[in-house]
Amino acid sequence: MSWNRRHLLTLEELSLDELNQIHSTATAFKKILTRSVKKVPALRGKTIVNLFLEPSTRTRMAFDMAAKRLSADVISLDAKTSSTTKGESLRDTAQNIEALQADMIVVRHSAPGSPLYLSKILGIPVINAGDGAHEHPTQGLLDTFTMRERIGDLKGRRVVILGDILYSRVARSNIQALIKFGADVTLCGPSTLVPHRFESFGVKVSHNLREALHDAEVVMLLRIQHERQNAGMFPSIGEYTSMFGLNQERAAWLHPDAIIMHPGPINRGVEIDSELADGPRSVILDQVTNGIAVRMAVLYLCSGGQPEYVTSSAA
Amino acid sequence: MPSLWIKNARVIDPANKRDAVGELFVKNGLIVDSLSAAEKKKAKVIDADGLVACPGLVDIHVHFREPGQTHKENIATGSHCAAAGGFTTVVCMPNTSPPASNTGTIQFIKDAIKRDAVVKVLPTGCITVDMKGEKLASIGSLAKAGVVAITDDGDCVQSNELMRRACEYAKMFDLPLMDHCQDHSMTVGAVMNEGEVSARLGLRGWPNAAEDLIVARNIILATYTGAHIHLQHISSANSVELIRRAKSRGVSISAEATPHHIALTDDCIETYDPKFKMNPPLRTAADRDAIIEGLRDGSIDIVATDHAPHTDYEKDQEFDYAPNGILGLETSLAVTLDVLVRKHRFRLPKVIDLMTRKPAELMKLPAGTLSVGAAADICLFDPKEEWTYDAKAGFSKSSNSPWHGETLRGRVKTTIVDGKVIYDGKTVKKRG
Ligand SMILES: [Zn+2]
Repeated sequence: MSWNRRHLLTLEELSLDELNQIHSTATAFKKILTRSVKKVPALRGKTIVNLFLEPSTRTRMAFDMAAKRLSADVISLDAKTSSTTKGESLRDTAQNIEALQADMIVVRHSAPGSPLYLSKILGIPVINAGDGAHEHPTQGLLDTFTMRERIGDLKGRRVVILGDILYSRVARSNIQALIKFGADVTLCGPSTLVPHRFESFGVKVSHNLREALHDAEVVMLLRIQHERQNAGMFPSIGEYTSMFGLNQERAAWLHPDAIIMHPGPINRGVEIDSELADGPRSVILDQVTNGIAVRMAVLYLCSGGQPEYVTSSAA
Repeated sequence: MPSLWIKNARVIDPANKRDAVGELFVKNGLIVDSLSAAEKKKAKVIDADGLVACPGLVDIHVHFREPGQTHKENIATGSHCAAAGGFTTVVCMPNTSPPASNTGTIQFIKDAIKRDAVVKVLPTGCITVDMKGEKLASIGSLAKAGVVAITDDGDCVQSNELMRRACEYAKMFDLPLMDHCQDHSMTVGAVMNEGEVSARLGLRGWPNAAEDLIVARNIILATYTGAHIHLQHISSANSVELIRRAKSRGVSISAEATPHHIALTDDCIETYDPKFKMNPPLRTAADRDAIIEGLRDGSIDIVATDHAPHTDYEKDQEFDYAPNGILGLETSLAVTLDVLVRKHRFRLPKVIDLMTRKPAELMKLPAGTLSVGAAADICLFDPKEEWTYDAKAGFSKSSNSPWHGETLRGRVKTTIVDGKVIYDGKTVKKRG
């Protein structure tokens, strides 16, 4: 087993073997997180820049935490502090960051493909922390990590992704990973947000919630945004909830051991009822914790670390 | 000015149904039947063995960015690109800054053309004031000032009522309307074709339905008003079919296809490279093939480039933010020959017709023919020569081309305007 990538841009480009390498490295790092001293020196002396040109709290905090657990120095730039608001191009901003001797850059941007663009300009590793509606690879990694932790091997297991698929980078990254793990994926939601052309990914598309949820072992909910309603993608939040919101009654359609996931932040009472979000089937907070371990693995591997080293030293 | 005696060329002149190896004679800037023995002695002889001689190419859709954005291109450099591409007559779009919606701007453009252009550049005017789509521009005055058509290209008149009135009004001056067919309400934030590729890349899609709707609207308005509407850069298979059926009913519409829409598909966007970003966007292989069939059966009348220069730093951005458009003039002939002649078995004279006689006829321009008495606007090209296109070494101020660094086949060797060689395969002769 060896890791040969400098960047993490998409899950589409990763092989099954690479997904497994990240997951096993994350497993080892997760053990570290339960120790009293939750820190390893793996990236001591390295500087990681979090360039978040689109607002994000959770992902940025998780990357921040992951970098610090690896003893790296972290600098965070957001849309307000970066010069892009003053009209500076992304190329110039990125080249400045490199000239400041950063060792790695984590980028969140509303424009799909921008991490790929940066990877062509810069000589340092680029980690995609979400590019528009394209991909959010670390989220896909932490989600599938959480699923495997809870239900084991994903081959042939029924996974439903429910909600706004069209605009969701989380959905795209999850689809890419789940397909490689051999899961049986169904996308569900209103036809405006879940167009049939997603079948080209090798997944099923259904607009019938009951059929989709029937016997599923994982249901992953995506956040519904008011903005889509204003754009005419569905009539109202109320109608969305009445058609596709997950409640106790509908959760009964799932497999008895099914888990409920959500990348957050949750709209309680919209895509999911509160008692389900806090209930025993919910793994929403596990996702958050696993997000740190997975991001530690990604930062570690892309900065040149090898999976064997950490898996043996953490054991 | 010396007379010209072009020998041994394969002369292809669709306007006169001529396709044979022979000679061409030019005297006083005009095509003539022959030269006297004395004139032949003094004439400049061009041995065009192995070359095709055809009318200078005609492009009715170019953006020369003057006034206002001359850092991208100006009428001088744009006309140099045209010359290097074998074009002798081009029609420039009015989406300049300010837009060409009044006679003052048209006069400014005409002055620049007179001063700087090496080929024949003809202006168009806007349909609406400042291309805002709100009220009609002074179309009559624009006609008087010499525009050959009106268009809000780059934009599309959204109001059906306003477009209807534009048709009625422009018809009074026998002025064709050209329209960039795009329903804005369906393309908010859209940067590429809506389809499987956009779904995967997470880029906002521009559905072909947004083009088809306006094509249908324009067919209805052309039928209703009797005005001539020319549909610019058609990109969708459904549009081709709509146009085909309208033409079979005799509706006064025409349509163009660009070299990029017949050569490329939305698969090219895989790496988010803005050199493949244009409006309308590259679509699917099925759309591309339908446009080619449209050119074959006449549903699509002509090839036009939509030459749209942007600087490197403007194109070198996130795909979402990069401007739409690519260069076209210097690669148009080679790309079109490659797609239509080599890949789709069009006859060469047919392709020359799509790029000379037909566009001239659509815009009623005195061009696109080698008839005796016509202006001696001639293109000589080698249909077989392979060459590597270096956009940075080209004649444009910009270099935004998907064919930069590609090997193309078919190369312009000489461009002649009014009997004068303005491009010799290497350099463009500046005016004066
Ligand atoms: Zn246009």
